[in-house]
Amino acid sequence: MTVQVRYFAALREALGSGEAVQLPAGSRVADLRAALVARSPAHAERLAPGRAVRCAVAQVMCQDEQQVLSDGAEVAFFPPVTGG
Amino acid sequence: MQREQFQVVRIQAEDFDLSAEVAALRAGDAGVGAVAAFVGTVRDRDGSAAQAVQPVQLLELEHYPGMTERAIEAMVDAARQRFGIRGARVVHRVGPLALNDQIVLVAVSAAHRGEAFQACEFLMDYLKTQAPFWKKEHTAAGAHWVDARVADDAAAARWGLPTGNAPVVAPAMATAGQPA
Repeated sequence: MTVQVRYFAALREALGSGEAVQLPAGSRVADLRAALVARSPAHAERLAPGRAVRCAVAQVMCQDEQQVLSDGAEVAFFPPVTGG
Repeated sequence: MQREQFQVVRIQAEDFDLSAEVAALRAGDAGVGAVAAFVGTVRDRDGSAAQAVQPVQLLELEHYPGMTERAIEAMVDAARQRFGIRGARVVHRVGPLALNDQIVLVAVSAAHRGEAFQACEFLMDYLKTQAPFWKKEHTAAGAHWVDARVADDAAAARWGLPTGNAPVVAPAMATAGQPA
């Protein structure tokens, strides 16, 4: 399956606005993050486990990286939010 | 009351007029006995001691089009259920902002002041930790993205809202702790 990844703020500046990623069916957010980390040193630096990265799936804040993704899902990674 | 009448959520580059927004919020609702409004503005320094060296010259705000609006609409729905407010207006600006500019408006109408005050604070605490906006400060020494504050998570936690927005460990420690 394919998911559409989007980046915002500091992650967008480092990695671009987004990219399409092929994943095995049934993959979870954590699997996607691991696949992205393997893409380049810049990805690894920004998305490695332990970095303060927040995620949204289908434009809803993801509270659990074990959430299963579906084909065509829009998954965004971004720094902690700082609006208001 | 129709949802469209009840709540207005706008993300925009343009400035807003507090008086006009409050007038529109109250219009035609004789049940309103209280309006509470909060306006956030651009200040000259970041609040954290470590960065309070260079005055801010310009603030840039980025958002996630689509998700930002949906997240705020969900939070207004939650405020309506929780506090029984009669109406709400949230306006948040994006793009480059100058010192002293208005950034955000949260205005709430209710029958009584208690619900209005509480809902206004609830909405701001929610927005600070759950709505996808990011601030970048420009100073004479360069530009940097603003760090999320643990205090904002604590404020949201008072309402039982999901927390975990601000980093659990300091960014410097997180970097140092990475495997090679």
